[in-house]
Amino acid sequence: MKINKKILNIVAIIAFIGLLFFMDNTFDSYKIRIVNLCGIYVVLGLSLNLINGFTGLFSLGHAGFMAVGAYTAALLTMSPAVKDMNFFLMPIVPFLANVEWPFFPALIMAGVVAAIAGFLIGAPALRLRDDYLAIATLGFSEIIRVIFTNTQTLTNGALGLKSLPTHTNIWWSWGTAILTIAFMVFLTRGSYGRAFKAIREDEIAAEAMGISLFKHKVISFTIGAFLAGVGGALLGNLLGTIDPLMFRFFLTFNILLIVVLGGIGSITGTVISAVVVTVSMEALRVLDQSMDLGFIIIEGIPGMRMVVFSALLMIVILFYQQGLMGTKEFTWDWFTKNRGFKQILKKDVK
Amino acid sequence: MTFQFFMQHLTNGISLGSLYALIAIGYTMVYGILRLINFAHGDIFMIGTYVAFYLITLAALPWWLAFIFAIGITVLFGMSVEKGAYKPLRNSPKISVLISAIGASFLIQNLAIVIFGGRPKAFPIPDMFNQIINIRGVSIVSLTFYIPVMTLAILFVLVYFIQKTKTGMAMRAVSKDYEAARLMGIDVDKIISLTFGVGSLLAAIGGIMWAMRFPQLAPLMGVMPGLKCFIAAVIGGIGNIKGAVLGGFLLGVGEIMIVALLPALTGYRDAFAFILLIVILLIKPTGLMGQKLTEKV
Repeated sequence: MKINKKILNIVAIIAFIGLLFFMDNTFDSYKIRIVNLCGIYVVLGLSLNLINGFTGLFSLGHAGFMAVGAYTAALLTMSPAVKDMNFFLMPIVPFLANVEWPFFPALIMAGVVAAIAGFLIGAPALRLRDDYLAIATLGFSEIIRVIFTNTQTLTNGALGLKSLPTHTNIWWSWGTAILTIAFMVFLTRGSYGRAFKAIREDEIAAEAMGISLFKHKVISFTIGAFLAGVGGALLGNLLGTIDPLMFRFFLTFNILLIVVLGGIGSITGTVISAVVVTVSMEALRVLDQSMDLGFIIIEGIPGMRMVVFSALLMIVILFYQQGLMGTKEFTWDWFTKNRGFKQILKKDVK
Repeated sequence: MTFQFFMQHLTNGISLGSLYALIAIGYTMVYGILRLINFAHGDIFMIGTYVAFYLITLAALPWWLAFIFAIGITVLFGMSVEKGAYKPLRNSPKISVLISAIGASFLIQNLAIVIFGGRPKAFPIPDMFNQIINIRGVSIVSLTFYIPVMTLAILFVLVYFIQKTKTGMAMRAVSKDYEAARLMGIDVDKIISLTFGVGSLLAAIGGIMWAMRFPQLAPLMGVMPGLKCFIAAVIGGIGNIKGAVLGGFLLGVGEIMIVALLPALTGYRDAFAFILLIVILLIKPTGLMGQKLTEKV
């Protein structure tokens, strides 16, 4: 049975790579961009789910870590000529002026710098609980944004960085996503994952069982920050332009939305909802344009898309709190015995 | 630095601080009762200013009548937000309610962008609030003087209401223990609704005064003040009205003074609130005037 599952896993991954290959070759650039965004949001959603869902720390600082990662990767991968072009108000700090790294080390570095930021922020802030932690992390991400707006020689301030090398393609984004999924599965099944979940369920009981609260919280937070940094770097190198305004609270909220819709504490749920949310955000763009129904033309109202989107979100939160998966995960048993659907139905009836 | 220079900035700081205080009270009251960060508070504040703006410009009401109606409408709006977004989740996990609050806030903002348009609008300031008074070389707009007076008056009424009336007592009971209050025959839902009403009232008054001080209306204008006032409430010790006022003044005066005394840090003005918040939370995790909470096993 065990070997069976391994084979199934490998087959699934190969099938998925085949699908990616198919999409890479047949889709136009707009669709490929959406596929890329899906992969990136999977990474970001999982990283927030690790902190919020598995460890139960209510953090709202994700946009800050993403900003750190995106800027690090951008500054490391841009060629000196492009940097010269960007920094026309004030020259860039000398130690960054002439570096040009390949994408992979830059991506790792982005994660590492974000993880360091996460550690420095987490170590003091994780003593706080619930709402206080939420507002403190939100505060930190705002501070990071304000700092980036004001450090002209390092980040080019409010002007942002333009013409980033667009390294991110389907293989980078979904490769990272698959690695992240695998990492999260191993992490949550291992002793650290169990400790995280114990902390989520009951801090005092977990501490009584000999789990070091502080150590595990900081580890979870730092890993989450690392993944957020990598996600931010992928996003920056996909869009080709970044500025501090991009990393507002709204971005954190988008990711939080993915986590909540998928089910707080479910890897499968986060992956599915990352794809669903990203695709539907694009699909709803129709609402902003005017529609021709043949006999009547409905004027498009700019911004309508976001209204519908937030309204949908509210409906889900109010009437379907468990999210897509609750805390359940996809397993092959679930699939073969076909009991999963019944279980979900049972839970709903209760 | 001259005395005039200092006084000039101090008055500005106090007036900004009292605005913060006014809005922070709304946050703190809601938190005290529901243990919920009402993320939509800043947007209720924004709605208040827009309603006042339209009543003055479109309905051509005299400003005082427009303000009264605007406040009334905002109160109803705030109460319906509570009915729609928070009441159905009364027994849900905290994270659901918090996300619902953030969701409500985004829904209101996006609706405002569609309905009011994204372009900023200029708020008409009544003449009474726009006169320049000169006291010993310190020139202030009359509004700067009215704001703290208004805040203090409201604070006194509010403290009287909470401490002396029966409804106020019910509010305090609900914030102490929700279940026990219900057993004592208090209509908890009504009290919560009322609390939201009072909070929205303060948000509307604060919003209108804010719009006169910074006369530019935009659908996202409530976000930053909302965050800062929440921070003011947390700094003072959330759930504590006097704490909210203290936090508001601290934040307002601090923000203005930093910019006045250290002009090099002007760009970091918005970060000041967050830095102050984090420093105070680390020293005193429940805020300056908050009670220490111990968790029972």
